[in-house]
Amino acid sequence: MTPLIDVRHLSKTYSLGEVEVHALSDVTITISRGSFVAVMGPSGSGKSTFMNIIGCLDRPTSGSYFLDGVSVESMERDELAEIRNRKIGFVFQNFNLLARVTALENAKLPLLYADNVIRDADARAAKALAAVGLEGQLQNMPSQLSGGQQQRVAIARAIVNEPQIILADEPTGALDTKTSREIMTIFRDLNQTRSITVIVVTHSDEVAAYADRIIYFRDGRLVNGEAAVPMPVVLDQAAKR
Amino acid sequence: MLNHWMSTIRVAFAALKTNRVRSALTMLGIVIGVAAVIATVAVGTGASQRVQAQIASIGSNMIILIPGSLTSSGMQLGTGTVTTLTRSDARELSEQCADIKDAAPAVRGAASVIYEGNNWGTTILGTTPAYLRIRDIAIAQGEALSEQDVEKASKVALLGSTVVEKLYGGADPIGTIVRIKQVPFIVQGVLASKGQSAGGQDQDDIVLLPITSAKQKVLGFKSANADAVDAILIQARSGDQLDAAQEEARALLRQRHHLLPDEEDDFSMRNLEEILKAQVTSSRIMSLMLAAVASVSLLVGGIGIMNIMLVSVRERTREIGLRQAVGAKTRDILLQFLVEATTLSIFGGIVGIMTGIATSVIISHFAGWQTVISPAAVLLAVVFSALVGIGFGFYPARKAAYLDPIEALRFE
Repeated sequence: MTPLIDVRHLSKTYSLGEVEVHALSDVTITISRGSFVAVMGPSGSGKSTFMNIIGCLDRPTSGSYFLDGVSVESMERDELAEIRNRKIGFVFQNFNLLARVTALENAKLPLLYADNVIRDADARAAKALAAVGLEGQLQNMPSQLSGGQQQRVAIARAIVNEPQIILADEPTGALDTKTSREIMTIFRDLNQTRSITVIVVTHSDEVAAYADRIIYFRDGRLVNGEAAVPMPVVLDQAAKR
Repeated sequence: MLNHWMSTIRVAFAALKTNRVRSALTMLGIVIGVAAVIATVAVGTGASQRVQAQIASIGSNMIILIPGSLTSSGMQLGTGTVTTLTRSDARELSEQCADIKDAAPAVRGAASVIYEGNNWGTTILGTTPAYLRIRDIAIAQGEALSEQDVEKASKVALLGSTVVEKLYGGADPIGTIVRIKQVPFIVQGVLASKGQSAGGQDQDDIVLLPITSAKQKVLGFKSANADAVDAILIQARSGDQLDAAQEEARALLRQRHHLLPDEEDDFSMRNLEEILKAQVTSSRIMSLMLAAVASVSLLVGGIGIMNIMLVSVRERTREIGLRQAVGAKTRDILLQFLVEATTLSIFGGIVGIMTGIATSVIISHFAGWQTVISPAAVLLAVVFSALVGIGFGFYPARKAAYLDPIEALRFE
């Protein structure tokens, strides 16, 4: 079976004036279906660039990226938008909910941009909200919800299209410890019961502990990327910094 | 797709509602522009319709001949001060000129008309039955003048409706006797109303008499030329023959008046219809110019929309990034902002139409100008304001649609 994510010799170079910045250099990794991966590394290590490319928000300068067996590295803007819509759910640190519309409307958003008309969009959004424990807050505005609840709405929005991958960028960065655990539990349940591949960027070892695999970036390169790294090794590396 | 449209429109409305004051002020530019266009076009259309109605009221294909030349030795003499045109000129004009259908001589003066205790100062016009045909004056009641009335210098009169109203106040004037300069005239008929003339005169404030009776019994005649008239109205057989008729009349009169080739005409010709048509044209040009000036404010309104849309795109950069992340295509974002801009402009347009209509009603009420709201102008205003929205909304919408999602999501 082809891996869900198959990245080979991926590089991303930005030119800031005359200086060239190598955000990613020669990254090769495969991520299989149904895995739960934590992406770690210091700021500027290239993990955000990696996530952007994995999430089809950005294109690599060189290298190849097969998502679900399809080469996406040279797709057009709108083709990438369609891939994001069908296969990827995003969760952000600051939730990124639309402030002026209800939880239901927020969760429904990806369905509005689906290629085919989705007749039961409301029902599907309600179901997604129920899956994250918000069945009673469908008509609430984001301002009427707590931070944890807002992030749940964001998760509902991420899963409403039944994607294969959830990409979460520091999903608990703005939440307290207890709420963080609740959110991570939701991710784990989604990973285990629906076999959704979850990739989480985090600085927190506690969050990383929910993952069954941790990959570590430094200076745009992958450190120990190919093997499932035992936790102590990673922690050792983190301590050495 | 419909679902998609509905939600796009809902999003646009929600965005506009969040910034009520800003949206309202943005719309104001369009409102003023559209209202100004509608009101000026209404005033202009009203003015040209009024002039057109006046053209219809003077009679068609008509030329007026007045004795005296317009210029003489470089000096302009008052026309009508000399008596060079005669009744026989009129007769010859209608008999000899192929392009002239009818010619009516006329003399005019002012006199008081007395009926029982009432008297009313009015215009006395002595003429022949041809006058009624040329001016297209119908007889509302009673009978018209006849050739016999003219030949016999019968003491009969036709009254204009204003005169009837002033003297009779509702009673039937037919067969009654009015006195003009002590001379009794039998009221033979009442003229159908013609309304105001181009100069604002009441065309119904008039008494028509046979030209013979008018000259001999009312206006007094100069023995020097008992045949002289104040004017001759001639009517061409058709509008196309107007110029030919004018030239024939000139040639015939010059010959009859024994004018040498280097002498100027001792009469002048006026084609009232042409003058009025020129008025219509100039009032049309005027209102078009006003509308053009007004549409500049539409343009300014459009720039206002563009400005606000740019602000809106900037404020909602994160939202745009999010929509792109969850799968919004270039077209989806473009459409959303275009709908928003178009909503602003169409709403502004609708309010502008209502304001424009109200303004024209107020203008016609207080200034007394006739205004006509043409459906074409309203339609044009709607289409134009929608185009303004799409046109000026396009740049900001395009800017939004081509934002880099990563940058947009990171935007603070």
